[in-house]
Amino acid sequence: MNVHDKYKPLTFWERTYLPRIWDGLVLTMRHFFFNLWHFFLASIGVQREWKGAVTYQYPEVRRPIWPRLRTLHRLTKREDGTPRCVACMMCETVCPAKCIYIVAGERPEKQIEKYPLQFDIDLGKCVFCGYCVEACPEDAIRMDTGILEFAAYGRNGMLLTKEMLLSFVPKKEHYTARPDLEARPAPAPRLSEA
Amino acid sequence: MSEIIATALKILFFVLVFVFSTAALLTWVERKQSALMQDRVGANRAKIFGLRLWGLFHIIADSLKMFLKEDFRPQGAEKLLFLLAPGISMFFAIAAFAAIPFADVLVVGGTAHVMQIAALDVGILYVFATMSMAVYGVVLGAWASNNNYSLMGGLRASAQMISYEVGIGVSIIGVLLVFQTVNLQEIVRAQGALLGGWLPKWGILYQPIGFLLFFTTGLAETKRIPFDAPEGESEIIGYHVEFTSMRFGVYFLTDLIETVLIACITVTLFLGGWQVPYLTAAGFEFPWGVSLALSNLTVTVLQFLGFSLKVAVLLWFMMLIRWTLPRFRYDQVMALGWKILLPLALLNIFVTAAIILFV
Repeated sequence: MNVHDKYKPLTFWERTYLPRIWDGLVLTMRHFFFNLWHFFLASIGVQREWKGAVTYQYPEVRRPIWPRLRTLHRLTKREDGTPRCVACMMCETVCPAKCIYIVAGERPEKQIEKYPLQFDIDLGKCVFCGYCVEACPEDAIRMDTGILEFAAYGRNGMLLTKEMLLSFVPKKEHYTARPDLEARPAPAPRLSEA
Repeated sequence: MSEIIATALKILFFVLVFVFSTAALLTWVERKQSALMQDRVGANRAKIFGLRLWGLFHIIADSLKMFLKEDFRPQGAEKLLFLLAPGISMFFAIAAFAAIPFADVLVVGGTAHVMQIAALDVGILYVFATMSMAVYGVVLGAWASNNNYSLMGGLRASAQMISYEVGIGVSIIGVLLVFQTVNLQEIVRAQGALLGGWLPKWGILYQPIGFLLFFTTGLAETKRIPFDAPEGESEIIGYHVEFTSMRFGVYFLTDLIETVLIACITVTLFLGGWQVPYLTAAGFEFPWGVSLALSNLTVTVLQFLGFSLKVAVLLWFMMLIRWTLPRFRYDQVMALGWKILLPLALLNIFVTAAIILFV
């Protein structure tokens, strides 16, 4: 509806309310019969998909996620399998929810001095702002697992440990929400990977 | 003795089978129809042995959930009234069905049984008397919960229901003037006549304005959208805020039973009740000269099917309204009831009376 329409004085028939009610009823009725017809066609097997329904049947059909959607965190690894994290505490510092807990340990090598003994993320506090990903100088933490279901029965269940974070794998096929974007070239690889 | 058995069978059939199954089915219809209207799929998760049946098992799942949920009674609540209130609400909603005729006369073993639980001469007056009592269940429940929000909801409900009680009472007087009786069975029989030899003489032809007014006020009586200011389950706090589990379920079912009741009365008064066009007690008699003789049992079944079909269409329409219109603001509800519907209903009476008197 045009925003300016509400400043127009209503006509007599509009003020009687009934024609407008009828218009609305016709609109919803049209949707009802259209969808009922498609429902009927689908139930006798003529048509497989629901044209009218805009909902996803969640557990069976997943909604496509946007490639840049921030999902569950993971810690990346170096080629030798050790975590990329150098326990610099940047993410812990920048985190507005203060949900990251890092305990740093020392490494014998000179090039990489520290590694995380403990790296916990309390999902119960996390606001999924992605600041940790932005702040990390080593590209050690990412939010690209594609995992959206992490409900738990208690607060303890919401605690992600270092081992769990390392075990997550990135979601490879970032199926897009819009098919027209699939034709696009893949985004340029990150500097650390190049 | 046989009279008692016949009445018991009629109660069993009409109230316990027809009304309750319709009301239970409405919980599913409401979810599914709203889904279709809003381009969704709707309830379809409940399944038994992999069988989903378009979500029909949600009726069982919902009622099971209602029974198994915690039955909570707030501290300081009036125990007896808190227990009774939903029951009172439902009792009066069901009791009103006693006077609804759902078919003509069925002859069993030489005795004629009127297909109406109680063949009352006061008919429509009895229905309105019981309907207006339903407000007690609401108000007592609201007061007994010992919760100020629910008390406010109850006051809102009683103000609305009693205001529309006036409108609904006045809006049918036109029909009573046309048919010259308050006996519902007589009103339905009168609607079986043909106008000009082909048009069924239904009440809506004589009282189109009356139909509109009655239907609107009837919707308000059911406390459903667009007149759901007393309830407003999730947005504004209603009279049943403290009711949990099956106590809430009874209130919820009462609403649906009242919806069925309003549909039944509207059908009876305005849409010819159990009358099927061109179906007389002897069988079909079409205006173009063709006639088809049918047995008494067949005619009765057809009449009941006609009645059910009309009720179903009206219920569908009420659901359509419920999922199309937004809720009225509370002062709008009052203004509509007192300033628009009631004067229109009075005008309708004057015009109808004048036409009957002078034409």
